[in-house]
Amino acid sequence: MAEVRFENVTKIVGGKKFADNVSFDIRDREFVSILGEPGSGKSMVLRMIAGLERPDSGNIYIGDRNVNDLRPAERNVAMVFQSFALYPHKTVYENLTFPLFKRAMSKEEIDKRVRSIAEMLRISHVLEKRPALLSGGERQRVAIGRAIVRNSDALLMDEPLSNLDAKLRLHMRAELRKIQKEIGQTAIFTTADEVEALSIADRICVYREGSIVQFDAPEAIYDRPNSLYVAQMVGRPQMNFVDGTIRFKDGRSQFVSSNFTTDLSTSGPTPPADKEVVLGIRPSDTRVSTREVNGGFQCEVYVAEFVGSEAILDIKIGDQLLRARVPVSVKAEIGDKLWVKFDESRIHIFDKGTASAIQ
Amino acid sequence: MADVVLEHLRKKFGDLEAVKDLTLKVEDGRFVCFLGPSGCGKTTTLRMIVGLEKQDRGDIYVGGKLVNDLNPSERDIAMVFQFYAMYPGATVRENLAFPLEQQKLPNEEIRRRVKETAEVLRIDGLLDKVATKLTSGEKQRVAIGRAIIRRPQVYLMDEPLSNLDAGLRAVMRVELKRLQHELKQTMIYVTHDQLEGMTMADKIAVMNEGSVLQYDTPETIYRRPTNLFVAGFVGTPTMNMIDCSLVRSDGDLSLDFAGFKIGLPPNVAKYLAENLSTSELTLGIRPQDIGISEVKTMYDSVEASVDVRELVGDRIIVDARVDGITLQVESDRRLSVEVGQKVWLSIDKERMHIFETKGGTLIV
Repeated sequence: MAEVRFENVTKIVGGKKFADNVSFDIRDREFVSILGEPGSGKSMVLRMIAGLERPDSGNIYIGDRNVNDLRPAERNVAMVFQSFALYPHKTVYENLTFPLFKRAMSKEEIDKRVRSIAEMLRISHVLEKRPALLSGGERQRVAIGRAIVRNSDALLMDEPLSNLDAKLRLHMRAELRKIQKEIGQTAIFTTADEVEALSIADRICVYREGSIVQFDAPEAIYDRPNSLYVAQMVGRPQMNFVDGTIRFKDGRSQFVSSNFTTDLSTSGPTPPADKEVVLGIRPSDTRVSTREVNGGFQCEVYVAEFVGSEAILDIKIGDQLLRARVPVSVKAEIGDKLWVKFDESRIHIFDKGTASAIQ
Repeated sequence: MADVVLEHLRKKFGDLEAVKDLTLKVEDGRFVCFLGPSGCGKTTTLRMIVGLEKQDRGDIYVGGKLVNDLNPSERDIAMVFQFYAMYPGATVRENLAFPLEQQKLPNEEIRRRVKETAEVLRIDGLLDKVATKLTSGEKQRVAIGRAIIRRPQVYLMDEPLSNLDAGLRAVMRVELKRLQHELKQTMIYVTHDQLEGMTMADKIAVMNEGSVLQYDTPETIYRRPTNLFVAGFVGTPTMNMIDCSLVRSDGDLSLDFAGFKIGLPPNVAKYLAENLSTSELTLGIRPQDIGISEVKTMYDSVEASVDVRELVGDRIIVDARVDGITLQVESDRRLSVEVGQKVWLSIDKERMHIFETKGGTLIV
């Protein structure tokens, strides 16, 4: 068990920056997700921790050890790959005991450890089977078992759920989090799926083109994205974005766009007047009503999408298309005229030039 | 414009019965979705409608006309595939015009229709671009454009969005639904993604193993699934399914499982007592229909412990364990619960579904 720390780590391969002076501090027993698009460099971060790649400059610490010059085997980290990588001709039991044979452990000790981990991962009943006979979820659990059986300092997982079908992925999300809390090992996993990151991780590191965009708790990432990039990436349906400028009227700042003008919250930093900005508002903070509401705007239903426990309305204010999440009790059809109002305290304002959050 | 009627369709591939006695009517101008897991027969059905497969038995009518013996090109149906078939070297304009040139329409007419179609799909700015230079969303629009430009009576779409990323898929869902609303033409859409079916279709035919299990509006499919398969296939997170038994005490009937003892309303109890041939029941309850709180709120609330808490946007999904069974509960994020904490659960009786465990049929 240990912290994992990057200190000014840079890694460039063929002119492409996989890590550009990256620093972070992952705490002992923490479950961290590195969230990024394909090609962002997130897997490289894991590979550098594991020792499969060497940084060009900077320091990597696991616990209080600088591991820069240690080989993978000496770092005491375990890695689970996307493709599970089990020995096909060995039974599950043999797959699990294999990492332990190089250790000075008695047969009884090994047996005890493997069986207790199998029980925790709920694979006790398949110990005598070969991997080919297992379901996708079982195979995934065996792969995790193989990684944690060694009792390493840190567990690294490269897109561990991406090869599973949708239903199983949902199930394994919850399982992974539970397993990580039970074993109490520091764990880091990469994903391109924001839902996975939000639901599993203690903290999320949003990674883009070799740099950390935001490193924060899931709630903070969702509620206070520090940039347009994070706001776009996290939350489904996606946040609504509207281009406009800032104006002051009666001592209050307002957002002005070609289709509507809305007051901004008085708390928090105030964007400067005439600034070109992007307003962001989540569909769940976009309130729709059949009656006229104070401070609201008239809109027309472009499409209504039923999603079971709720509905998504795609509405138009002028030619501005926005999405709103509404309870199914709101009956709306294409072409209906409705009123929409934003929850002021939940409006995000981004600088159009720098794409950073202002408010 | 036309309705599509399928009567007693059957199709076997070797020993596999891909479609078993399927009868269904798609009304004129409706958006109907065939929804089911892979291998359920939905694509085979679609291919029989368009004429790419010939049914072993049964009849297909398009607009009242029996089309069994017509070639695909004679059926006046357009199909959009999962993979956008386009002429890569040609421009968008040429790709759109091609189906009309084949019909030998006058040039003036072709120009007019290309312009109209491009406007509807908002690709009018791309007409002179070469197909290979387009983004995947643009390509998908052109592929749809090539289908609609012929103005067929019926559109068939086979998982047209499955190759797009999540964000674009959401945008295209909205666009397709709007397009169908504007064209007001019959559309049959095949997908395994329940969200696509729910959000776009006027009616959904849920299929499994070659049969249609339920054919209804999305709201009814979601609220009143007629069997266990449909109940489990539609809605996320998946409906909780709990084995339970019917217990009679002092003349009152209740459903018992784990710590729960759910008293049944008199009419339901009466119905069950009179109609039940089995005592093996499955209770279905959606994660949104279980109340969760830190204190006991209902007389029949049951104490549970939190196994997992997942944040999903502004909602949370809690795995709560009672007596060896795990129930998934969806709730507002503001509910502060931690793993290991005790919570109280209560089941919304108006929203529960009772199925026969064997066969999976809905009882009430």
